[in-house]
Amino acid sequence: MSIRLKSKSTSYGVKVPESKLTAGSPIEPIPLPERVIIPLHQNIGAPCEAVAKRGDKVLTGQKIGDSERFVNAPIHATISGEITGTTMVINPPTAQLVTALVITSDGKDEWVEPEAPGELETLSTKEILDRIRAAGLVGLGGAAFPTHVKLSPPKDKKIDTVILNGCECEPYITSDHRVMLEYGEKVLSGLNIIKKVLSPDNIYIAIEDNKEDAIDHMEELITVMGFKEDFKIIPLTTKYPMGAEKTLIGTILNREVPIGGLPLDVGVVVHNVSTAKAIHDAIFEGKPFVERVVTVTGAVKNPKNLLVRLGTPLRTLIEYCGGIDGKASEVILGGPMMGISQPDLDFPVTKGTSCVLVKESSPIREQDCISCGRCLEACPMHLMPTVLAKYAKAGRYNDCKEAYIDDCFECGACAYTCPANIPIVQYIKVAKSELIKRAANK
Amino acid sequence: MPDRKFLVSPGPHLWRGQSTSKIMYIVVLALMFPTAAGVYFFGYRALSVIAVSVAAAVLTEYGVKKLRKRAFVMDGSAVITGLLLALILPPTIPLWMAAVGSVFSIAIVKEAFGGLGHNIFNPALGGRAFMTASFAMEMTTWVLPMGFAADAVTSATPLSERFIWEYKDLFLGNTGGSIGETSALLILIGGLLLLALGIINWRIPVAYIGTVALLTLALGQDAIFHILAGGLMLGAFFMATDYVTSPITARGRIIFGIGAGILTVVIRRFGGLPEGVCFSILLMNAITPLIDRYVKVRPYGLVKKVRSEG
Repeated sequence: MSIRLKSKSTSYGVKVPESKLTAGSPIEPIPLPERVIIPLHQNIGAPCEAVAKRGDKVLTGQKIGDSERFVNAPIHATISGEITGTTMVINPPTAQLVTALVITSDGKDEWVEPEAPGELETLSTKEILDRIRAAGLVGLGGAAFPTHVKLSPPKDKKIDTVILNGCECEPYITSDHRVMLEYGEKVLSGLNIIKKVLSPDNIYIAIEDNKEDAIDHMEELITVMGFKEDFKIIPLTTKYPMGAEKTLIGTILNREVPIGGLPLDVGVVVHNVSTAKAIHDAIFEGKPFVERVVTVTGAVKNPKNLLVRLGTPLRTLIEYCGGIDGKASEVILGGPMMGISQPDLDFPVTKGTSCVLVKESSPIREQDCISCGRCLEACPMHLMPTVLAKYAKAGRYNDCKEAYIDDCFECGACAYTCPANIPIVQYIKVAKSELIKRAANK
Repeated sequence: MPDRKFLVSPGPHLWRGQSTSKIMYIVVLALMFPTAAGVYFFGYRALSVIAVSVAAAVLTEYGVKKLRKRAFVMDGSAVITGLLLALILPPTIPLWMAAVGSVFSIAIVKEAFGGLGHNIFNPALGGRAFMTASFAMEMTTWVLPMGFAADAVTSATPLSERFIWEYKDLFLGNTGGSIGETSALLILIGGLLLLALGIINWRIPVAYIGTVALLTLALGQDAIFHILAGGLMLGAFFMATDYVTSPITARGRIIFGIGAGILTVVIRRFGGLPEGVCFSILLMNAITPLIDRYVKVRPYGLVKKVRSEG
């Protein structure tokens, strides 16, 4: 059987302009920042408690935050120097204020003693998971769910399929694309570790067909590295939001994750390609997760893919790329579809940051819904977005709930395609937070 | 880099750039095909009815928006209503009647319900129904195509039993009938254009025309004749597909098309009127909110929590 399987597609979702300005730009490490700001909550799940304090001298890779809770990933110093203070930052995904430690560099970048590199044959599953947790790994596709948790399915759930997600369906972002091209061996090596932990029957690498070079490269590496029997590549039609976990599972396996359930409920685990690379680094190089690839793009002088220490302020990244070009008025953390605009450039790169997009914003005027049905055709969750927006607008939050509002993951395909410019996602977010408030008051 | 604040706006930060007015003007463009046929076959009469109807529709929209203290947007929807109404009127209709019908379409059928997006009935069809009730004689007087010649010869409409016809004339439009309804060919070109551009969906026209074909066959009648004659083609492609007044779900649209098809055949075969397209679509408009209430999309993942095999 060949490594490259037949291409697949979905009838849902939307075609978006790709705008992958940096697809051909090799990853560039940026000079060490003088100062990093490290929020103590960078994952879905429990926040970390600081385990270092103001005035402490820290080494690169030294743990500075941790938690007793299982759904959590520890946090490390990303440069060597001194903790010079704490500050509060707004964590974009949750919009909560979180404490952050500020480290001022000593310019030496002295690392902690790396853990002895492991051998896959001798490491037990538990040792692998412990090392992944100790390295502070979370899903790097954006959700930032602790990786060791995803790799620890309950005993009664048999995982038959692992999907490695290299879709990168958001416009502009190219960090996963470059990671596949430049760190392909490490990605596959990381995937091999995942294989050892979960021992699934099938392992698929899903890549959108706008990254033909990455598909070819991975195909070649699979042969060279001797994974021919284990890993298969599935090219997918370039469509947004192809890379969303549930869309991916539906498209590739024709399975539906039950509402309120997880992929493991249908025997599947999905990991991002950059996460696989970081798993390799954690196990074979004993390196904690302190840097990642970030695409800085849009209206900057020189859009680039940068290798950045976590905690580096956005300002440093944008300055390194030559500054803001023209009269751009918006800075977005993430891609244009699901990214969150930032009021200033003080926020740092965190574990989940794949992109910084500078954009000119175009004010839009909301009109009345004409019931054209485009949002229904676009919704990857097969919901009725305009109906949800109408209910939300009218304050009919219980009707929103009955129309499965919780199943919406806010991909924005509906609002993108809406001819009446209705900010559907915004209405849905308001209704969701209203429903959470009501549930809490009960 | 100087310290500055940036705009914070909700996502997504990217839009297709499609707009209601763009869609409306594409529909107007597609309507130019049947309009051209109407002008070709019925000459100055057709042209003046169209001009009066469109002008009355746009002016009424402007006036009503001012009265309601709302912004008037030249979004093209009033142009469509005026144009569609003209296309389903007899070429000999007195111009003032066309104007009255057009005013009724916009002021009562559309704006009184809240304007674009809120109306229950297709405005042009509502206007035509009003005119059928008010000007019964003028609304049922038909002439043979005379182009730009001055003399009009009255004729029976194809759907009445006294009519003698050929398929070719029905298909090309060289027959008596409403201004824009006679040429199946040009309606089809306009309709296919809308389908190709993704403006309308195939479900309603296919379900509608298919139902009429099957039912008339079952009743032992000439299905091709029933498709080509009367207002079915124009209705199926340009009026039953009106977003606002038809269901939003794929299944709902099939139901809508089938329902309109059944009603059309029932009215044509058993009703007091020769033509049933207008009223069948209006009746289906009336039950569209009901269809949308009960015909839902099955959300992704709405399954019992069963593990797949393996």
